[in-house]
Amino acid sequence: MAQNHDHPHDHDDDHDAHGSELSEMQLRVRALETVLAEKGYIDPAAIDKLIEAYETKVGPHIGARVVAKAWSDPAFKRALIEDASKAVLPLGLLNRIGDHLIAVENTPELHNMIVCTLCSCYPWEVLGLPPVWYKSAPYRSRAVNDPRGVLADFGVTLPTGTAIRVWDSTAETRFIVLPMRPQGTAGWSEDKLAALVTRDSMIGTGLPKQPGEAA
Amino acid sequence: MDSIHDMGGMHGFGKVEPEPNEPVFHSGWEGRVLALNRAMAYTGATNIDQSRAAIEALPPDVYLTSSYYKKWALGLEARVVKYGLAGANEIKAGHASQPGKAVARKLSVADVPNSLTRGSFARPAPAPARFQPGDRVRTKNIHPATHTRLPRYARDKVGVVEALRGCHVFPDAVVLGKGEDPQWLYTVLFEGRELWGDDAEPSLKVSIEAFEPYLEPA
Repeated sequence: MAQNHDHPHDHDDDHDAHGSELSEMQLRVRALETVLAEKGYIDPAAIDKLIEAYETKVGPHIGARVVAKAWSDPAFKRALIEDASKAVLPLGLLNRIGDHLIAVENTPELHNMIVCTLCSCYPWEVLGLPPVWYKSAPYRSRAVNDPRGVLADFGVTLPTGTAIRVWDSTAETRFIVLPMRPQGTAGWSEDKLAALVTRDSMIGTGLPKQPGEAA
Repeated sequence: MDSIHDMGGMHGFGKVEPEPNEPVFHSGWEGRVLALNRAMAYTGATNIDQSRAAIEALPPDVYLTSSYYKKWALGLEARVVKYGLAGANEIKAGHASQPGKAVARKLSVADVPNSLTRGSFARPAPAPARFQPGDRVRTKNIHPATHTRLPRYARDKVGVVEALRGCHVFPDAVVLGKGEDPQWLYTVLFEGRELWGDDAEPSLKVSIEAFEPYLEPA
């Protein structure tokens, strides 16, 4: 396969291309990008910059900051539940936050889970790009009728007394789960708490780490 | 459209298989496809609803056997051709043979930091909301052959309006070329039993985000 000298982000393709879909797709996408650039619609340098941003700037570390603050600051938590887009804005985690972010709170009685059965809607600004499983047929098909079975696939078992609420993201509203603060974390700093907040705990397919599990 | 993308409640797809330490992209072209989609949306020549509609219109076998970003690539190719932004022959050749159409704007490197956030889809309300929290509603039994955001499992079902989410661009209208046609958006909550029958887990509740035209009083 030819090395692509125009696109520095393609370098990592070479080791995993097997002459099948990957190399075919690399060529196909390159052809499309070339046409769009020649037409004057896109600037390849901006494409590079976008990729870099999605690889390095946005991610679940942002949501973890939000959750840790909600665990630490009751007034912030109230504001977050009231209007998450507005509450998150002053944290300065991103330049801007979309205006349809909704935070849903887990309690001992209720566990929330987020899905997009129709495509892949996901709160990019606070969690980054969704993992493959979130966009996969098994998750999208089963989350709405067998959420406890889905949780079992993640190794999570909830108490039988905990009801499950599934949010299907069928419009432009986006959801983030506010998981329950683990026991044994009294007096912890927001930084230390944020290390307990996993991506999956903010989707509702996981639980936060316990104090002993923090890296 | 009632195609394979509308997966809620289907059987047979197996277990969810999370990948430990999953990278953001599994191959360089995936990042480029994502960024090309974002950059083309930025021009104003295409939009998110057209993007979803193009992916849903892929043949079901192609949809099921293509990776996520391959679907994005195929959808973008289809849209570029459908909306006259490039010819299929140009994409096949990998070079433009005609000048591009005029677009509203072009994403530059300097614009990128401010383009990481989704746009706002809220619009001024053309009329008061028809429903209020607590109202019982029945979703309509609709089967449009074009794009809709009312999933099949939640059609002709009775639920309760839990919240108003403002007035938003209506995807079903956008893809028909009818403009944004803003509609009220509601969170509508269903009992698991209403959706899945007596075998549903007793505690299960599922909500959808439903545009007002999908709903009627129950």
